[in-house]
Amino acid sequence: MSLGDFLSQSGSKWLRDEGPDSDIVISSRLRIARNLAGQSFPTIATEKDQRYVLEAVRQAASGSAVRRLGEFEMLVLKDISDLDKQVMVEKHVVSPALVDAPGGAVLLRKDEEMSVMVNEEDHLRMQCMLPGYQLDQALKMADELDDAFEETLDFAFDENKGYLTACPTNVGTGMRASIMLHLPVLVVTGNINRILSAVTQVGLTVRGIYGEGSDALGNLFQVSNQITLGQSEQEILSNLHGVANQIIEHERVARQHLLREARMRVEDRVCRSFGILAYSRQIDSKEAMQRLSDVRLGIDLDIIKGVSSSILKELMVATQPGFLQKYYGHEMSPGERDIKRAALIRERLRMDSQGLK
Amino acid sequence: MLCEHCGKRPATVHLTEIVQGQKSEYHLCETCAREKGEAAYQAIAGAFSVNQLLSGLMNFDPWVQERVETAAPPRCEHCGMTFNQFSQIGRFGCPHCYDAFSPGLDSLLRKIQSSDQHVGKVPKRRGGAIGMKRELQKLRLELQQRIAEERFEEAAHLRDRIRYLEQQTGT
Repeated sequence: MSLGDFLSQSGSKWLRDEGPDSDIVISSRLRIARNLAGQSFPTIATEKDQRYVLEAVRQAASGSAVRRLGEFEMLVLKDISDLDKQVMVEKHVVSPALVDAPGGAVLLRKDEEMSVMVNEEDHLRMQCMLPGYQLDQALKMADELDDAFEETLDFAFDENKGYLTACPTNVGTGMRASIMLHLPVLVVTGNINRILSAVTQVGLTVRGIYGEGSDALGNLFQVSNQITLGQSEQEILSNLHGVANQIIEHERVARQHLLREARMRVEDRVCRSFGILAYSRQIDSKEAMQRLSDVRLGIDLDIIKGVSSSILKELMVATQPGFLQKYYGHEMSPGERDIKRAALIRERLRMDSQGLK
Repeated sequence: MLCEHCGKRPATVHLTEIVQGQKSEYHLCETCAREKGEAAYQAIAGAFSVNQLLSGLMNFDPWVQERVETAAPPRCEHCGMTFNQFSQIGRFGCPHCYDAFSPGLDSLLRKIQSSDQHVGKVPKRRGGAIGMKRELQKLRLELQQRIAEERFEEAAHLRDRIRYLEQQTGT
């Protein structure tokens, strides 16, 4: 199978498509936690409880209200190979916790923009994942999915505490909204730390997607709401918007400033990174992420042309161990993985230069 | 610096906790940190999860301390989880635990959330009555405002709507 076919078959829609503000916002994700009234939470659920929940969700999913929202498939995790589970985690379609959860399952829409994890920390965790900055759209979709399930399922809800969840950090709206931001210039100029600490003051959290704090691999950060109780869904999103817009603006201004002040240095760094990705014979994931981040910045600043801008998110996922193993068809030692990672990146870059997208 | 808790051994565990932008610092010796809660100890051990942080919060909470020491801590009749277990793992056993652990829970929620009162979405099918109650509260507030602003015509409309809703909900 060609790499192009492989990526379009194994990748989710959010990995291929572009969205609003996608020069900085890689993706928007929104999930809401729901539990069935009167049922033990997965914390202490027995195998029988888990089967009951799974059946209830399966039945609700086969109802007309859910089917109106698209074609879904129910995957029970214990029936899936470890490799396929790993690939789903790498695509952010399911959480690592679901893979370890006994009795876990996922209801997946064909385009993988919508999924429902069953028997993770809560009975249902509905998730919408979209490319670019589309949190409002993600909330609208998740809301529709929630309403569709609620037509036939009784959710645990309390007038004062809202939707009841296994962990008190999710109670109320049960909603966690997050955006993945690419902030290479704020990292280079050291301004990122100031911003990160400011964000935590307003009920939001920031963390590196891979790696920790300001050492985030690939300069990718996730901003999400911390609070789920005492604010409505719209209030939570508008807080997040307020902060996100400022961060986006800071990064844009910093990029223009950097271009004016140090164009040659930026061009040099970006083009060197492109050269390394295009010709290296072995590369570890840390270096790959940094080089991909540089190249993506080069594309956004119009220094590099003819390379698709989805390259960063596509390859940050496709160069993970599970994906590499899936594409090359066998298990690898870390050393061999570095060799195959370099090969896959070279092949992906060739696709663009040959106009084979 | 000596340990804040025992005042004898040197403080080697420095724990900073940020809740709702409020920063609190604890300086403890390793022994007291271990006694005080897993969270502080885990901070030096490295691994640190939300649930551990939660159980740390609860163990620092005087209300919880009291409860832990009394003979019969609250227990959820529905699923059998005790408050101690909850404070260990930081997760509830079932929806009824929220009622069973209610008194201590509200102070915890105010710490980790912005309040202990839900103002977001209500389920459409089951929450109809709750939705109407919410709307009533909102309309009554608006009515007061209109009267204060002497916009009596609008106030009259609001009053009619409130009456209608009151009949519907039987309040």
